[in-house]
Amino acid sequence: MIQASTTATDAAKKPAAKKRKASFKTGHSSMTKRSMRKWAWLFIGPVFVSFIIGFLWPFGQGIYLSFCGKFSVISDAHLKGIENYVKAFSDETFFHAFWFTALFAVVSVVLINLLAFSIAYALTQGVKGSNLFRTIFFMPNLIGGIVLGYLWSMIFDGLLDLWTTQNLVDNATYGFWGLIILLLWQQAGYMMIIYIAGLQAVPDDMLEAAKIDGATKTQTLFKVIIPNIMPSITICTFLTLTNSFKLYDQNLSLTGGKPARLTEMLALNISNGYSNMATRGMAQAKAVVFFILVATLGILQLVSTRKKEVQQ
Amino acid sequence: MGKQKSLKQEKTRKTVMSIILAIICVIYVLPIVTIIINTFKDAGAVKSNLFALPNSESFVGFENYVTGLTAGSFPFWKAVMFNVIITVLSAFLILLFCSMAAWYVARVNSIFCKIFYYLCVFSMVVPFQMVQFTLSKTADTLKLNTPWTIPVVYLGFGAGLAIFMFVGFAKSIPIEIEEAAYIDGCGPLKTYFFVVFPMLKPTLISVGILEIMWVWNDYLLPSLVLDLAKYRNIPMHIQLTTTGSYGQMNLGAMMAMIFLSIVPVIVFYLVCQKYIIKGVAAGAVKG
Repeated sequence: MIQASTTATDAAKKPAAKKRKASFKTGHSSMTKRSMRKWAWLFIGPVFVSFIIGFLWPFGQGIYLSFCGKFSVISDAHLKGIENYVKAFSDETFFHAFWFTALFAVVSVVLINLLAFSIAYALTQGVKGSNLFRTIFFMPNLIGGIVLGYLWSMIFDGLLDLWTTQNLVDNATYGFWGLIILLLWQQAGYMMIIYIAGLQAVPDDMLEAAKIDGATKTQTLFKVIIPNIMPSITICTFLTLTNSFKLYDQNLSLTGGKPARLTEMLALNISNGYSNMATRGMAQAKAVVFFILVATLGILQLVSTRKKEVQQ
Repeated sequence: MGKQKSLKQEKTRKTVMSIILAIICVIYVLPIVTIIINTFKDAGAVKSNLFALPNSESFVGFENYVTGLTAGSFPFWKAVMFNVIITVLSAFLILLFCSMAAWYVARVNSIFCKIFYYLCVFSMVVPFQMVQFTLSKTADTLKLNTPWTIPVVYLGFGAGLAIFMFVGFAKSIPIEIEEAAYIDGCGPLKTYFFVVFPMLKPTLISVGILEIMWVWNDYLLPSLVLDLAKYRNIPMHIQLTTTGSYGQMNLGAMMAMIFLSIVPVIVFYLVCQKYIIKGVAAGAVKG
């Protein structure tokens, strides 16, 4: 009965919503628009100018420089074709960084989401003190990457001291798992919040129906809860994926790529390339490739979340 | 009878869960607690055993804090000061100008506005490494390399997210309210500041928190743009003192510095927790 009435009001709302949307499209009447346009310089000017300075112009220059030969400043760059791209793709450290990043991304996506979901699930079961737990789990998320890296490098070195003579920067395997633990600690709380929001939106009547039908806790989890929070799962997966791919600060401060550039991830590899004039053009070409990679992930995310919205 | 049993089971299940969560919580805060403990130990004791509690020999009181804050040619407190200046100015600029631009984009909706909007959305997927070199050169040329001018760069690079979020919200404000303001004789400026701006408050808070956290913790942009002999922010300072090329600091003082960099963030979090968590949850639903 309750459901029937909500659908009825929904149906009544729909045409009104449509009407309102139509008025959005046209915006204000032409009179008021004209008076707004007079103030365009003030409303949109400051952002537009700094957007050109801070993004558009450097972005365009970056694309241009990736096709140039050697340069120390932008004015002495000359077009030279795809030489930089050829160099970038024959650079072994770049490939190593790519595979290291890809492996890191897969492992971190799985672990972060598993931990975040488990905690979120436990917290929505009505245990005592769940607010305090939530507060603590989210906290590391706000600490900056550089500070986090040094904090953990001290902890890891202290721990390693207990049974080996090696430090974190002496062994690439330690470095890899160190980064994983760090990211897990930092980001699980953020994803947990998203999962909690998803879990709280699972309709109570569905859960009740499952209970009445005699479903066990596990059955309810896999057959009712997880299908219902698929949007949250998609969002968290993509967020962790892009975060892992773009990771820079934590990588720089925890291992700095040591030993011998073995724990260098893509962003750090590119960034290091800029410091040397000989590899500057190549670094810019790598950055374009990196940008295409990250943008593809972003578009995939947009498409997959949009699709879900249509289904609902 | 059966119901009672299942109730009891439920209760034990909850207790077990509470205990597991509490254990994870303790593991979660251990790294920070370790750092706090070590801020009271001398450098030798920090190095020999990180996990030992300070004893009468290694306990140094607040000495590490004093050294951490004041030691070196560029003391830590100056980095804190510049960090505050950069963050406050940037957040102010972004909130004011991006909300204005977003309202204009949402209402005028000309071809120029549409292009600008899509460029902003586009800029969100561009990784910083793409503009790293060119942006630092542009900022140098335009003298945007001081704590007082670097907020302009932040306004430009951070515009994408802010505009995206503000436009989404501005479109949901019923246009009739603004029309009423026009009829009552308000121009665009008055309408914006007296009518629209107050209504944007929830978005202003969530965008503000996002931008503050970003600028406060940002390392790469200031390290490329600022002259590090004159200006540093906290992440830059931590990075420079630990890598050692600018004079290594003793480990105890290092611990104090790391802890002092975390304190403002935690205080900020505890004060704004409600908004931060709401913002994360709301942002996620939108995608």
